[in-house]
Amino acid sequence: MAQYILLLHERPASPDGVSPEEIQRVIEEYRAWSESMGKAGKLIGGHKLTDEGGRLLTGWGPDFSTTDGPWAEAKEVIGGLFHISAESYDEAARLSASCPHLKYGGRIELRRVDLVD
Amino acid sequence: MTASPPPAVDKLVDHLFRRESGRLVARLVRVLGPQRLDLAEEAVQDAMIQALRSWPFTGSPSDPAAWLTRVAHNRALDVLRREGVFAAKHGEVRSLDEARLDRIEEPAFAGEIEDDRLRLMFVCCHPALPGDGRIALTLKVVCGFSVREIARAFLAADATVAQRIARAKRLIRERAIPYGVPGPNELPERRASVLKVLYLMFNEGYSPGEGEAVIRADICSEAVRLAEAAAAHPVTGTAESHALAALLLLQGARLEARQDSAGDILLLDEQDRSIWNAQWLERGFRHLELSMSGDRLTAYHLEAGIAACHAAAPSLEATDWPAIVGYYDRLLELCPSAVTELNRAVALAMIEGPAAGLAAIDGIAGDGSLRDYPLLHSVRGELCRRAGRRAEARSHLQCALDQARSLPVRRLLERRLAAL
Repeated sequence: MAQYILLLHERPASPDGVSPEEIQRVIEEYRAWSESMGKAGKLIGGHKLTDEGGRLLTGWGPDFSTTDGPWAEAKEVIGGLFHISAESYDEAARLSASCPHLKYGGRIELRRVDLVD
Repeated sequence: MTASPPPAVDKLVDHLFRRESGRLVARLVRVLGPQRLDLAEEAVQDAMIQALRSWPFTGSPSDPAAWLTRVAHNRALDVLRREGVFAAKHGEVRSLDEARLDRIEEPAFAGEIEDDRLRLMFVCCHPALPGDGRIALTLKVVCGFSVREIARAFLAADATVAQRIARAKRLIRERAIPYGVPGPNELPERRASVLKVLYLMFNEGYSPGEGEAVIRADICSEAVRLAEAAAAHPVTGTAESHALAALLLLQGARLEARQDSAGDILLLDEQDRSIWNAQWLERGFRHLELSMSGDRLTAYHLEAGIAACHAAAPSLEATDWPAIVGYYDRLLELCPSAVTELNRAVALAMIEGPAAGLAAIDGIAGDGSLRDYPLLHSVRGELCRRAGRRAEARSHLQCALDQARSLPVRRLLERRLAAL
């Protein structure tokens, strides 16, 4: 079984004026999605990435340097990732299609993990 | 790649965020002062957005409320620190606020949370604020509804609701309205204003409107919850508060039975009494009993008495109508109102027949104050129908239909007209 990473790009603007009740409802939708993925044996894991933008590492030896993110090139922040198993890109895309992230205007970058046999 | 699966977490408690929102804002306002209400609200909103961005990946924490408290507290502290840096340049010291905010995480003693929320209610319901602003502000700040939800429930424009709230907040700042339980001199008036806001809030949610039904029902539930909290609290737990809690519970118990699945209004004689909320009825009657301890008979007592007559009746016919007419009579002595007279006429018609009801209505209609009130015409139409005067019934119902704006009410009237 192949493995895939879902990189969840966040919308640049955070929702404004959204009510506590609505926030809870959306969290609940994500929970229900993860739960159904878990029950189907498709979910391997998930991670939230911290918001400070990370660091960009470049250079070798004396040229090694770190730059604090976020960088101008990164228009969207990756909020977090899910790790799933699926037969194919098609199945992985189908499973991802029901992720509430898409419903609320986020984008998902789907990448296949290159597993060495 | 070793990602750990998100822990299997239970569903969050219903309305957790909405309820926590009011509790957290109250807690922050205690430290920051009502003049910083905006900061408190922003910090709480930020914490909830942060939860939205984290919990889908991490699962919800074992104690969601504590998590939200911590994050909201840190957000407020961040803002104060930033302001502190800025203010220091202007020779102002803000460290006091920070020190006080740090204490916010001390374990709350029993009842402290209720105290916080009640104090916040005293702020939001201050008599210096305009009436519509008090309701909107309470719904937003104490009950955690958004501007859009409030607007949707009452079919108002978002901007109108936002304006009311902004004006009320500005007055809180300008008048330096304090956070806290008012002193003995002020207390009766301030307490009365809190109860009045809860009463109006409930009515706004309860009266058949075309706003979003789910939110309207939630608004009723919040009003009931706060009224019960007020009744249970030593500072506000007067006989009058118990009477209000009784009224809202006894009336609210019928909320679900009042509409069919299509959202159409079901009148008392069409309702399935078996689905009235038994728990609310029980609690309502308990509050009604407690309300008898006072030496003052208030309008809430009398209205609760009427609601109790309905709640205790096995059917429309077996309702204690003479008692209801009696309550209306005393209500009219206390606060004369044409609407109350109209309600009394309906009850009277149940005892003495439609002709007596119509005669009583003629007396009210004479002064013209209810000319544009659709209920006047629909009641007249209904009583004419019962008296067998079909042509008159038709013209009154049509008149009501011409005036009614609420969609569920219009559908009800159309249904009645068609049945003639």
